[in-house]
Amino acid sequence: MIQANTSDKIAKAWLWLSAVFIIIALLSVLGYVFIRGADSLSLSFFLDMPKNNWREGGILPAIIGSLIVVSIALLFATPTGVGAAIYLTEFTREGRLTRLIRIAADSLNAVPSIVFGLFGLALFVFYLKDFTGGPSLLSAGLTLGFMILPTVIRTSEVAMRTIPFSEKMESYGLGASKLQTIRNIVLPGSLPGIITGLILGMGRAIGETAPIIFMVALNPVIPKSIFGSGNTLTTQLYYLAMEGISMDVAFGTALTLIVIILILNYSTRALNKYFSRNLRR
Amino acid sequence: MMKIGKVIVFLMLGIALFSGCVGDEEKPGLTIAGSTTVQPIVTRAAEVYAQSNPDMRMGVQGGGSGTGIRMVGEGSIDIGASSRELSEDELLKNPDLLVHPIAIDCITIVVHPSNSIEDLSIQNIRDIFAGKITNFREVGGPDRKIVLVIREDGSGTRSTFEEMVMKDTEISNAALQKPASGAIRFTVSGNENTIGYLGIGYLDETVKAISVNEVSPSEENVREGHYLLSRNLYLITKGEPMGEAKKFIDFILSEDGQKIVRAEGFIGVRKNA
Amino acid sequence: MHKTIDLENIIKNILLLFSITAILILSLIVIFLFNEGLPTFQHVGVLDFLMGDKWIPAENLYGAFPFIISTLLVTLGALLIAVPLGISCAIFLAEIAPGWARELVRPAIELLAGIPSIIYGVFALVVIVDLIKISFNLATGETIIAGSIILAVMILPIVISISQDSIDAVPRTYREGSYAMGATDWQTISRVVVPAARRGIIAGVILGCGRAIGETMAVVLVIGNVEKLPLSLLDSGEALTSAILLEMGEAVIGSLHYNALFCLGIIPFIIVLFLSIISSRLVSKRVSRFG
Repeated sequence: MIQANTSDKIAKAWLWLSAVFIIIALLSVLGYVFIRGADSLSLSFFLDMPKNNWREGGILPAIIGSLIVVSIALLFATPTGVGAAIYLTEFTREGRLTRLIRIAADSLNAVPSIVFGLFGLALFVFYLKDFTGGPSLLSAGLTLGFMILPTVIRTSEVAMRTIPFSEKMESYGLGASKLQTIRNIVLPGSLPGIITGLILGMGRAIGETAPIIFMVALNPVIPKSIFGSGNTLTTQLYYLAMEGISMDVAFGTALTLIVIILILNYSTRALNKYFSRNLRR
Repeated sequence: MMKIGKVIVFLMLGIALFSGCVGDEEKPGLTIAGSTTVQPIVTRAAEVYAQSNPDMRMGVQGGGSGTGIRMVGEGSIDIGASSRELSEDELLKNPDLLVHPIAIDCITIVVHPSNSIEDLSIQNIRDIFAGKITNFREVGGPDRKIVLVIREDGSGTRSTFEEMVMKDTEISNAALQKPASGAIRFTVSGNENTIGYLGIGYLDETVKAISVNEVSPSEENVREGHYLLSRNLYLITKGEPMGEAKKFIDFILSEDGQKIVRAEGFIGVRKNA
Repeated sequence: MHKTIDLENIIKNILLLFSITAILILSLIVIFLFNEGLPTFQHVGVLDFLMGDKWIPAENLYGAFPFIISTLLVTLGALLIAVPLGISCAIFLAEIAPGWARELVRPAIELLAGIPSIIYGVFALVVIVDLIKISFNLATGETIIAGSIILAVMILPIVISISQDSIDAVPRTYREGSYAMGATDWQTISRVVVPAARRGIIAGVILGCGRAIGETMAVVLVIGNVEKLPLSLLDSGEALTSAILLEMGEAVIGSLHYNALFCLGIIPFIIVLFLSIISSRLVSKRVSRFG
């Protein structure tokens, strides 16, 4: 018995340690980026153009580039993903097709990011060159859109499935059509979940490098069109870190990325709290 | 509160569409891509050029010499940048490509500042990079196991290095490959066991350049031709450069342009620049 | 009424189209990967490709063996670190963590999962590489083990989440029965709960493994990228993903080099797909087991 108690204590200590390790890992990474990057951050850092080959100035083009690319990704993934979720929950029953769709979505989610990069290169940059402008922000955005599609489908579907059947029955009972029910009951009710999913997708898209690294450039100019190339925060960070030109700007970029992710992360949490408080269910 | 969601979506739509609408197809533009060694010169020159030509849309990319040559041959960019000469294959594919030398680059051999080595013969350098010499003490330096730092296969800098130094000897396959010269400098400056090569434009006080066959890579030595490891940097056009491309190339070859070349750490092609 | 039903049908079909987009995209990926990759084998034998140990595009030599071994080693190393730590943390969260600890650790894990891979890579480059060099007295810290360490941090969230879900799903009755027999917490956990949750835990580990195999940015900055075959975790190596990233910028489209790089991409693609399918089957079986 004594042995069992001792091993119980040791085991618990080890379990606590593992949790502490997680916290340490997080603090190390975030802390390091924060410490090395904080000095570079200022309003002018965000709003200025880079000067002198990134040795001075700001990172505005990268911020704009990231914004554009993520917007395009969302523009693709939102209707497609939410639409797919509506179909899966409202228009069909579980069967071969739905299982296939799910397997495809799960598999798509697991595809390595560099494979997306190869795929995007072959499809958007070469094959569809005339439509996308080749290595452009559009190509990058679409590639990322493909990548976050599974996330949007899954979170939307989960959100829609939590709508109680009874509420839908009430709607039909009042004589509403399926479309009306979807528009008035299902969509509004699942909106918080959908938005959470979109924010998750946003977070993923803005943090990816490999899928778009073959299509974006180190352009120190504000991108004027989605058919031209530009750069993003992530690819800029890669180039800056590799070249070692200005580690200050590099860490400033990294910290900017982290801040954006933190904001997104926090909004998901805040939105969830808000909606679960304000909605009756 | 669904309104917030809709607003966000519309904002995104707006941004994407707006940027697509601010069409640029009517504005004149120049796209230049290729060697990452030439890139800083072109980038800086494009900045300055754009100031006096505010309607020009300048696009500068890297991608490597090979990519730049291929793209200008295909016509997908206006000017290609290369840190090496055209290969026979490339000339065969696009016989109308014209090279315009705009700067002289020389390759320096660099070690960590704490390394006591000052000079190496070409043969020694070759043996080191081939992996035959594995410790610095074998060539009169400190007792440190040598870590080679090189560029990836396909880099213009690498092929120039291989041509000038290695000749037919293969580089050791235990060498750390970096995707950019800046990364070589970064690595060498951070590890006392390393030795690598850098275009002279990348040299700074974080690494130490050693002399080759007793000739140091000073500007004089390079211009006079004493220093063995130097090469021309080119801008490449498909056929004779015309219009904006010609203006840009002329600009780089002008005194102001060559000032930029020097500012980036290279040696100008004009004698007094 | 007739009009509404027609509209409904139209919408239904449009949405059906949207739904099969996922299938479409996956198929396109397969098509393009194989279309651009398979031509490699017109010039290089499959065995030469997989087992050849020299990758020299300039001489048309395409042996991917060193890359395969590097990827294997770096993934193994990552699992060695992340699996014990991850499962422990999952157990901690599910079984013994007090509320305040849970409130601290869960968000921390979510945050870790959200950090972009390039940031992990840069962190590893400036911190972990030197640490490895000093700790193991190596000539350079750019080694496989540096990659394993940062990969471990990156896959911990996946392993922990899925394992924790799985442990949480074990019915209370299992635990109560064990306590009723006088077992301690740890005995209950180690002999009853974890074994009952093992399917889910394995699924989590498999997904983490897949993530490690497919990761690019964090690994390429610290693994050294040498073409020589690595023989231990302390050697430098070059992962499959790193090779693709580094060489694609210079490869001429349509050339054998280009095809070979796509072929390199097929390897992690297939493996990760395979792992993902196994993982989902494990999870679905587990769900039906507990009813």
